Amino acid sequence: MSVFFLRRILTLVATLFAASLIIFLVLDALPGNAAQMLMGADASPDAVRALTVKLGLDQPLTVRYLLWIKGMAVGDLGNSYVYGTPVAGLIAERLVLTIPLAIMSMLITVVLALAAGIYTAANHNKLGDVGVMSLTQVGIALPNFWFAILLILLFSVKLQLLSAGGFAGWDDGIWPGIRSLLLPSISLAVVQAAILARVTRSAVLEVLREDFVRTARAKGLGKREVLWRHVLRNAMIPVMTVMGLQFANLLAGTIVIENVFYLPGLGRLIFQSIANRDLIVVRNCVMLLAAMVVTVNFVVDILYAFIDPRIKVSNL
Amino acid sequence: MSGAPLIEVKDLGVRLNTSRGPAQAVRGVNFALRRGETLGLVGESGCGKSVTALALMGLLPESAVISGSIRFDGAELVGLPDAAYCKLRGNRISMIFQEPMTALNPMHTIGHQVAEPLLRHAGISAAEARQEAIALLDRVGLPDAAKRVDAYPHQFSGGQRQRITIAMALACQPDVLIADEPTTALDVTIQGQILDLIAGLVEERGMSMILISHDLGVIAENVNRMMVMYGGTVVESGATDAVFTRMGHPYTQGLFRARPRLGARKGTRLKTIAGTVPELADLPAGCTFADRCAIVEARCRAALPAVVDVGAAHGVRCIRTDVSMAAGGSIA
Amino acid sequence: MSAPLTASAATSAIAPGARPVTGFWRRALRHRSFVLGAVLSLIVLGAALLSLVWTPWSATDIDIASKLRPPSAAHWLGTDVLGRDIVSLLLVGARSTILVGVIAVGIGLSFGVCLGLVAAARKGWTEELIMRMSDFTFAFPAVLSAIMLAAVAGPGMVTSITAIGIFQIPTFVRVTRGSANAIWAREFVLAARAAGKGSFRITIEHVLPNILSILIVQATIQFALAILAEAALSYLGLGTQPPQPSWGRMLNDAQTLLFQSPMLAVYPGAAIAIAVLGLNLLGDGLRDLLDPRLARER
Repeated sequence: MSVFFLRRILTLVATLFAASLIIFLVLDALPGNAAQMLMGADASPDAVRALTVKLGLDQPLTVRYLLWIKGMAVGDLGNSYVYGTPVAGLIAERLVLTIPLAIMSMLITVVLALAAGIYTAANHNKLGDVGVMSLTQVGIALPNFWFAILLILLFSVKLQLLSAGGFAGWDDGIWPGIRSLLLPSISLAVVQAAILARVTRSAVLEVLREDFVRTARAKGLGKREVLWRHVLRNAMIPVMTVMGLQFANLLAGTIVIENVFYLPGLGRLIFQSIANRDLIVVRNCVMLLAAMVVTVNFVVDILYAFIDPRIKVSNL
Repeated sequence: MSGAPLIEVKDLGVRLNTSRGPAQAVRGVNFALRRGETLGLVGESGCGKSVTALALMGLLPESAVISGSIRFDGAELVGLPDAAYCKLRGNRISMIFQEPMTALNPMHTIGHQVAEPLLRHAGISAAEARQEAIALLDRVGLPDAAKRVDAYPHQFSGGQRQRITIAMALACQPDVLIADEPTTALDVTIQGQILDLIAGLVEERGMSMILISHDLGVIAENVNRMMVMYGGTVVESGATDAVFTRMGHPYTQGLFRARPRLGARKGTRLKTIAGTVPELADLPAGCTFADRCAIVEARCRAALPAVVDVGAAHGVRCIRTDVSMAAGGSIA
Repeated sequence: MSAPLTASAATSAIAPGARPVTGFWRRALRHRSFVLGAVLSLIVLGAALLSLVWTPWSATDIDIASKLRPPSAAHWLGTDVLGRDIVSLLLVGARSTILVGVIAVGIGLSFGVCLGLVAAARKGWTEELIMRMSDFTFAFPAVLSAIMLAAVAGPGMVTSITAIGIFQIPTFVRVTRGSANAIWAREFVLAARAAGKGSFRITIEHVLPNILSILIVQATIQFALAILAEAALSYLGLGTQPPQPSWGRMLNDAQTLLFQSPMLAVYPGAAIAIAVLGLNLLGDGLRDLLDPRLARER
């Protein structure tokens, strides 16, 4: 078990380093000086040079990279080129929106997908199966931001039940906040759930063909009991793999959806920073998103070991 | 061995939906099994042995159409709702399957899996079921049962896993045990041990058993009565001794000749039955064995031959028993 | 996105000569999702081709006087806020969509297939390195790479094509390597090796032809994903830039007018959904038709 953990953790650390290196190289080493970008093409060379020194951009590339890594280790991400305030603070402000949004949409995704996937597998080739599967086929084809706009059209423009955008914050209690994240998380979740439902269905169908399902039936268990007690846990392995991969899409999706609903989250921050040429903010935001993706997939790997007893011994 | 039969099957027919269209997998199967009696089903793969067994268990796919009658302890099983069937399965009728490597759920401990039928049917507490599971595992000869009860299937060998599935099948002291090729997937050295274990347990608990095998040797040693199946029909049935001494059906004779024997002279060619097993989806109208039979006549192909009694409770589905039994009187 | 769904296509490969060419079209025409997918895809392709020679109005000329017109005989679906004809914008938008999709999938296909073939042919640490790298690339969805590229190089069609193309590579690497490995394990490859053929020749002569149909299926599905990514990037303003019309951009423009002209937000989205649905159905259909063994449980 410990060897298993150790290997996974080493992989995690190595992946994070590789990600940081690529992000740094793309954003800080490609032609074009950040100071020049900030001040515009017609700034005087002296002023540009002064700003370069002020931002610490005159130091060699390796030094700047190592300073960044060191800073990340202690939680100091440097100051925004534009606002002069700590980047860590800027990001933290936005995460109180983006993280609940991601969690809410992941929850909705999982609930919808498992319900649809299990239902269709249990009713394989019946009318309900064919109907739900056709719906998922359409769901996969919907761009999530368009689905978001359609939701706004229905709930905000037509029914006037929910606001078309903006974030209520958490100051007035939890409900106004959740209410304002409802449409965004649904629009993110439905498309992902369509994919995950199909994966769940085929995983469950696969397990239903296994011999031990027949053994369990021969013991006198009803179909439903067999499904819940014997099939689902076995089907969870492929479902969780896809869930982990989907998390990356979900985070990328939040960037788009935050723009649809004018939500002041991480995605909006990245956008403003690109517009402002605030590369240090972009760099740290992208690093954070990549780190979240890598970490979630690491957690999924660890969860396998808890779900599947075979992994502990064999996967060394 | 007296009184009303425990299982009585009359004119059983099973129609399956296969990828090649509907197929009559079993037809016209009749037999009765008394308490404590053992019955062997023998035949090549695809002859309908397993389908018959699954029909008894009520575990055929939903699309299967079952006709005829299966009575268990006087009650009709054909058309029984699944909930009622669940009360019988694992409780009064149990089954052991061919593949011990895949018959156990890899995600559950063996103790849990053996205790599951007890919890389902016996109405005892989890702690009691666990104790009982350990006792059962001990009985089937799993070494260190008390210590290994919380281990997972992948930590056991094939033979050990088959012992575990046997413990599982026996948990509720069933009246009937159906063993579908229980040793086919095992090493030759283990096969004898497992068969002895099953035979011992059947004897000890006074169970009835239906043993399915393609191996005539296994059938000869383990059951009182036997049925030879071909193309979904029973071609010959009778007491094991009677069938082995006076084989009536050309297929039984062929099966017997095709069996490898110890001590056969070096270079003796193994006899095979010419031709191949017919596809169930396009069975001939007449005798299913007609295309491979050496003594086939035109009238064999006209209609499915009726069962001819050739001895006490010894029936053969062949219209040419006069020829086959005259020629094959001393085949052995 | 649907990589795990489709990666399973790689697990079995098609036997040489067993490809069911005879009667392909006869079976294809009876396959419902293939026909529907093909029709939808052809509509989108037709729209793009038509826009090269004819559009009802100019897609770029601004005519403020006739802005936000409802559908009429002159403007079948009405006009947008700048007075441009919606039908014309949709037709030209199809062109951008297909252009970005084709180039991005081309990038993913060429790099991905080469790397996958090398991984399968070389094994050992080469394979390990390539697979690790492609796992790693999965952590960067197209939107994230596009953001990084846009931050340094500015937004635009090239940025979005590059980002989407990079995003496509790992899927193709996985699928190629998986199916190529299956071919390498086959007897006829062993025979070719015994005959002294090198791994490059075996790859070109035996492996590639045998995984071609799997790659065609995968490319179809990746095309759909590329269209979705392109739409998202244009919507965010990172992709195709105005005045060049694109469906994503049209949605962005329409969103500010949701209360006045809600239908403006419906047409381009529907166009995207039709294109993606068509390609997905086409891919599913092709998979069933080209390799019946995979068709069982769909």
